Amino acid sequence: METKYISQGGLAQWFESIVASGKRVYAPVNSRGQVDFKLVKKLSEVADDYIQTTQSIKASVYPKAEVLFTYEKEHGKVNLTDFDPDTIPETVLWKVHPCDAAGFKPLSAIFNWDSADKLHNAHLVKTSVISFSCAKADESCFCTSVNGSPGNTAGSDVQLTVLPDGGAIAEILTPKGEALVALLPSVFEADRGDKKEQCLVDLPARFSLEEVNAKLNKAFNSTVWKEQSERCIGCGACAFVCPTCACFDIQEDVHGSKGRRIRCWDACGFALFTLHTSGHNPREHQSQRWRQRILHKFSYMPDRLSVVGCTGCGRCSRACPVDMNILEHITSIAKQ
Amino acid sequence: MKKLRDRAVALLDEGTVSLVIGYEEGTKRPRPLFCRNSETARKLIFDSRCFHNLAVYVTKKELVGKERFAVTAPISTLRSILQLYVENQLSEDKLLVLTVDTSGELREFVTFDEISAYVAQFEMKRGEREQEILAKIEGMTREERWKFWMAEMSHCFKCYACRSACPLCYCTKCVVEINRPQWINPWPSPLSNMEWHVNRAMHMVGRCTACGACGDACPVGIPIDLITRKMMEDLAPEFGYIPGQPAKQGNALSSWKLDDREQFIR
Repeated sequence: METKYISQGGLAQWFESIVASGKRVYAPVNSRGQVDFKLVKKLSEVADDYIQTTQSIKASVYPKAEVLFTYEKEHGKVNLTDFDPDTIPETVLWKVHPCDAAGFKPLSAIFNWDSADKLHNAHLVKTSVISFSCAKADESCFCTSVNGSPGNTAGSDVQLTVLPDGGAIAEILTPKGEALVALLPSVFEADRGDKKEQCLVDLPARFSLEEVNAKLNKAFNSTVWKEQSERCIGCGACAFVCPTCACFDIQEDVHGSKGRRIRCWDACGFALFTLHTSGHNPREHQSQRWRQRILHKFSYMPDRLSVVGCTGCGRCSRACPVDMNILEHITSIAKQ
Repeated sequence: MKKLRDRAVALLDEGTVSLVIGYEEGTKRPRPLFCRNSETARKLIFDSRCFHNLAVYVTKKELVGKERFAVTAPISTLRSILQLYVENQLSEDKLLVLTVDTSGELREFVTFDEISAYVAQFEMKRGEREQEILAKIEGMTREERWKFWMAEMSHCFKCYACRSACPLCYCTKCVVEINRPQWINPWPSPLSNMEWHVNRAMHMVGRCTACGACGDACPVGIPIDLITRKMMEDLAPEFGYIPGQPAKQGNALSSWKLDDREQFIR
């Protein structure tokens, strides 16, 4: 790891050189009253004054719908065309928040749980992450309660901490980060000794993960799930904006003798998600589905995959039409 | 507001109802609250910020149970309750409706006729936001409108918050959940997104009471409530009903007449 200084002008030049290198660059853009990651060509397109993008960057490594393979029947034979990792273009994610970058680890833990997931891993290999540490937060943010922080570098290849002069502290964290810096090394100056901590938002932890985990281990039959989920209307907004939710569905798109097998986003909050062919649904009620959501993130994943399934980005709380506030719910479980 | 809270507390204490669905202060704005005892009911609030349509809960059997329950209802919720009643989803002996009228007085409705008479006083008007966007859309050519909606729908990721927030989307099995065969592809794509939204709109024709819950719930900010609102506005004169009030002679999509002036339906 190496720390450098980059001036405001240097940042603009570096951004231009990344775009010029032919890599796809995705960055937060403000349009239609929402800030979300979009393909950009110019730094001027990148949004400035916002706390969080509506959607996470999950789609860059786990697309909403992706073709696993295509097939065609011909004279009694089936020709398969497998997913080709070489079709994935080199991608740079610019201005990612640490809570989004931290989402890669839990996502990958799920996708590589039993066997290596070719598609997800192909995206990961081709993706470089330039994160920006957080100088601002809102009441939905709680990264510091889930092993994160406004300056957490996990999942980032380069992290920039913007300084009052418009320049930034550049932490070059991985070989991918070094390769990005190598596109225009001249703009990276010697570290001036700026203090990163002084540029970060102060966000005290709201609960202890160990405490929550211990409570959850005994909470399967608790009445808390029913109490908390009464107002939940069972949509998938929370899951779809989440950086770590990985529930998927496998679908066939068949046209005559040709077809595609598609993996697309699904949500454990949907009634259809666990419905068996027999008609039996092991998670028949919304309260059971809410329990699954919380236990999966805060109990099953830490226990089985050694990673917490929440990065504290707060998107689910912001997106929920009925104010199912995850921080409030987890805090109340911790206090029980 | 205090009168409404006191009444809710009394209804629970005297056992008239087993549940009061109302609003409490949330983390960002008021949110739904389910009161099964008077202690919880003391948290009830009711003011102009309470616009989440609580009628979405009144058809959920696992929530409301078998006993009589009450709901606190601003005007949008009252309209939905009436529509649900017309569609045989509610019965008077199970539901008590509380509201606070424009003069700040507590109103308690036992019959749907009372709600109907009360709702009739309020004209359905476009708000500033609706007027602004609809005026823009109404000024577009057909091709421009198609482009506008295709662009908006491209943001849809099929979380179905629009459906979940709608009091009139009470089907236990939605068209998108019918997967044998799979009528609508569940992954987001230009075609399947449009298929979903066209389906939703068609199922809402003549039923939507323009509460705006679907648009409010959409996490990606698609103004989908305006599709069903505009259809409501356009249909009202054709089918002789008053926007925001249930159609007296049946729903537009599920009724027909031998003397219909359109040839295709005869």
